[in-house]
Amino acid sequence: MVITNDAQVNELSLLEKNVKKERRKLLVKRFVSNKTLVTGTAMLVFLTLFSFAGPLISQFSPLDIDPANRLQGPTAEHWFGTDNFGRDLFSRVASGAQVSMGVGLSVAVLTAIIGMVIGLYAAYYSILDHVLMRFSDALMAFPDILLAIAIMAVLGPQPVNVVIAVTLAKIPVVARIVRSSALVIKEQTYIEAMRAQGASSWRIIWRHILPNTVSPLIVQVTYVFAIAIILEAALSFLGAGVPAPDPSWGNILFDGKIVIYNAWWMTVFPGAFIVLAVLALNLFGDGLRDLLDPHSNKAIKE
Amino acid sequence: MSHPLLEVKELKTRFSTEKGTITAVDGVTFNVDYGETLGVVGESGCGKSVTAESIMRLLNEKSTKYGGEILYKGRDLLSLPESKMLDIRGNEISMIFQDAMTSLNPVFTIGDQIAESIVVHQKLSKKEAMKKAVEMLRVTGIPSPEKRIHEYPHEISGGMRQRVMIAMALSCQPSLLIADEPTTALDVTIQAQILEVINELKEELNMGVIMITHDLGVVAEVCTRVAVMYLGQVIEEADVDTLFDSPRHPYTRGLLQSIPKINGDREQKLHTIKGVVPALDNVPKGCRFAPRCSFATEKCLEEAPVLDELPNGQKVRCWHHARIKEREDVPDAIEAT
Repeated sequence: MVITNDAQVNELSLLEKNVKKERRKLLVKRFVSNKTLVTGTAMLVFLTLFSFAGPLISQFSPLDIDPANRLQGPTAEHWFGTDNFGRDLFSRVASGAQVSMGVGLSVAVLTAIIGMVIGLYAAYYSILDHVLMRFSDALMAFPDILLAIAIMAVLGPQPVNVVIAVTLAKIPVVARIVRSSALVIKEQTYIEAMRAQGASSWRIIWRHILPNTVSPLIVQVTYVFAIAIILEAALSFLGAGVPAPDPSWGNILFDGKIVIYNAWWMTVFPGAFIVLAVLALNLFGDGLRDLLDPHSNKAIKE
Repeated sequence: MSHPLLEVKELKTRFSTEKGTITAVDGVTFNVDYGETLGVVGESGCGKSVTAESIMRLLNEKSTKYGGEILYKGRDLLSLPESKMLDIRGNEISMIFQDAMTSLNPVFTIGDQIAESIVVHQKLSKKEAMKKAVEMLRVTGIPSPEKRIHEYPHEISGGMRQRVMIAMALSCQPSLLIADEPTTALDVTIQAQILEVINELKEELNMGVIMITHDLGVVAEVCTRVAVMYLGQVIEEADVDTLFDSPRHPYTRGLLQSIPKINGDREQKLHTIKGVVPALDNVPKGCRFAPRCSFATEKCLEEAPVLDELPNGQKVRCWHHARIKEREDVPDAIEAT
């Protein structure tokens, strides 16, 4: 069994490329045939574009006060109207999208990474499991909002602190999802087979258990993303989130609360965007679950 | 090298459970040499797999206590630190499992999985390892292996998967292969092919093989020597021909008699060994087989027999092996009460 025949190695990598190309094609086909996922993705792309392009299109800065034009309804000039300081609502909602979705994304990424590490190690080492899971039980015993407000009260109102607060509140959820699927994977014969092949614990955890838990993790994380947006809005609405005058969807709702009977646009526009973002993420998560679940291959049904 | 490949001496494997300590393997002794296939037979729960897992030290060591010695090329595996065991597993001693369907990680291509142990143990680059994976798949008789290595486990059949497992286990040319019921989940034709592959590779690599099975047909086909296990003990050990021709332990006789004969009487009922295997936490005081044995006497119930070595090299754990030989002409000796 002599190796390193260059021509053969090249032939091998060529074959590999072809197979990968085919797999990619199949994935695209499955993606396109998955209507939920396509809708969710399209909505997310729209929201992202809106959050970045919105402030550029608008001729108004989200922070410029114009008391003469306060509380105007939607017009050709101010598309979403103006708020109680005369600030342009369109550019505030658009920059608010950056803040709200940015907070949501950061929370999603952070909870995914930290929750994954905790979940994997808790599943693999039983002593660690007891410690980490009792700790997360304690965290889960608090309502999310209450916990987040308490953390905000300690850390002070900053966008970064919102991310920290919501992440801390959501880590136990993700850690438990990862732990439960890792516990199942750990007992599979192929893990024992890998041990029999001389794989170290580190290799088994990261190379073999992790990839098998990724699909429930990704799906769960999209929901955490959505929940984080709602939590951020709730925190800001309660005055414990992103500090004024920076816009976030929750902040704008808070400003609109006092004038809800005179200026519907201040509640409707940010509210609609929250709904849109959460809906988009839920559709995206559902679609992703179908795509990653080998049992529901929609491309075959067609 | 003066040491035999593997010497298992008085191996005891105890599990601590909620009900107390259970001795799953109780004083198992056997040797395996280069180029030899040792069959380990016995019914479910007799400790065959635990013996194999003890050799590989795959059991959860927090709740498992080992006793005795497992000398691999003269080194005691039971006293090696885990880090040293990592180098031995897969590299020196490999194992194939019963259920090929679930023995491969579904998220990696089979090439990736074979290449992984090559990369770990032989420090080759990924590309070279892939090349070698193709080579290994070809050796195990998989057609167009260049294409197959990019497939995922769910894309290939059960027989193919078992071949992949063999390729994976043998990728680092181990000296000892433990096959834990490698053909149980496969149909008969594939079974024969897989055994053939194992046998060929055994000869090519001059490795020792421990073939764990409950199928005496498999034993007759591939093994050079056989150890019969009952309730965590080896009760009889002999070379294949001796064991099939003149079994000395009543249990072995019972096992051999319970194989249906192709030219047997159709009306005749299949032979069975009476009773059930006692639970491991309730092992009989004397001979472990005594409650089910038709040869049993007072002595059997009181005193546990030792593994006696006969002049022809056969080893039997029975007080009455001499008597059993005399009654060889009585085929239903066990059933007669």
